[in-house]
Amino acid sequence: MSVLVLTVIIIVGAYAAGLVGSLTGLGGAVVIIPLLTILLRVDIHYAIGAALVSVIATSSGSAVAYVKQGITNMRLGMFLEIATTSGAITGAIIAQYLPVKYIAILFGIVLIFSALMSLRKKISQADTIESPLSHKLKLSSSYPSGDGEIAYGVRNVAGGFVMMIFAGVMSGLLGIGSGALKVVAMDGIMRIPFKVSTTTSNFMIGVTAAASAVVYLQRGYIEPGLAMPVVLGVLLGAFTGSKILVHAQSNKLRYFFAVIVSILAVQMIYKGVTGAI
Amino acid sequence: MKQAEDKLLKDKDIQHLIGSLLRWGVLLSMTVVAFGGIIYLYRHGHNVSDYSTFKLQPDFTREGWPLLQGVLAFKGRAIIQLGIILLIATPIMRVVFSAIGFFFEKDYLYVLITVLVLGVIMFSMFGGLAG
Repeated sequence: MSVLVLTVIIIVGAYAAGLVGSLTGLGGAVVIIPLLTILLRVDIHYAIGAALVSVIATSSGSAVAYVKQGITNMRLGMFLEIATTSGAITGAIIAQYLPVKYIAILFGIVLIFSALMSLRKKISQADTIESPLSHKLKLSSSYPSGDGEIAYGVRNVAGGFVMMIFAGVMSGLLGIGSGALKVVAMDGIMRIPFKVSTTTSNFMIGVTAAASAVVYLQRGYIEPGLAMPVVLGVLLGAFTGSKILVHAQSNKLRYFFAVIVSILAVQMIYKGVTGAI
Repeated sequence: MKQAEDKLLKDKDIQHLIGSLLRWGVLLSMTVVAFGGIIYLYRHGHNVSDYSTFKLQPDFTREGWPLLQGVLAFKGRAIIQLGIILLIATPIMRVVFSAIGFFFEKDYLYVLITVLVLGVIMFSMFGGLAG
């Protein structure tokens, strides 16, 4: 296949991945990696390197809107970035030693988990209970809504921090934003309203990915000829998705995509187990 | 009360600044990537591609000085890589600006936390982790 043909195919695929990733909230990276490795037989390290770059682009690109609305909790994000960046570097180191088939299997598992998470019901929890550590770190805050400012407290800081280290490791190892894991840490463990947790997690994803991207870059996992169509395609797709999202919030669509993504995930696991990757 | 309002105002200003920084960083880096991409495809579009196995990349995609020389020589892949480095730098610059913002708010605990995050990123850059 010539470089030109492959580039066009990848741009189209990455656009679709960015679109689906944005509509489901899964992120474009988790969709583009199976497309590259299974369909186009790209080495998984190249796929991860290119996906990681696209993660930084979509995170930074969409953070603009949230930051200006004042929903993102900057202190919380910054504090937890200590955990995610340390984790990301650890993940990037592990990636060098872990055999490719295990990376594929792990990727499939995280992908299925993320797909399930994207279907969960979002309950807006906001109470002002906070733990002493959260008080010391000034993590509790408020966010604007239709009925004025809503104040919320942050709990179980240590538990959330540990979960964030794990999310960081997965991000550095698999080249994804691990938004689903970050939301588990913030929604499930620290009891933050989902509006705040989604935007803050998105905000953190860029910095986390940058920490492991510099390692990947020096190692040569970021191949410019491949990263170029991936990052441009995913970013444009995500942008389109964010425009559509305002109009359509169909549950059927979410289930449909969750099924497709799960099929991709099972394929990745299968290829990993049989060593065909 | 006045003080609290001032603090909120500053917080908002910094958040706006950071928001703009992210937007311009992404726009600039994507323009550079697209520009490099056009040169790359123009020159190498008809080559046969093979990404099926990992090979060590040329120096100009991985190291500072050779990369700069590649950009000056108008190598498409070097220009793409420059754009990608600008993209990676965008969220890192955001952390730097946050540190400055917290400093002006006299929130020294968060200046420390932010510097710690920067330290982790610096370690990943210069810690020789590429192996």
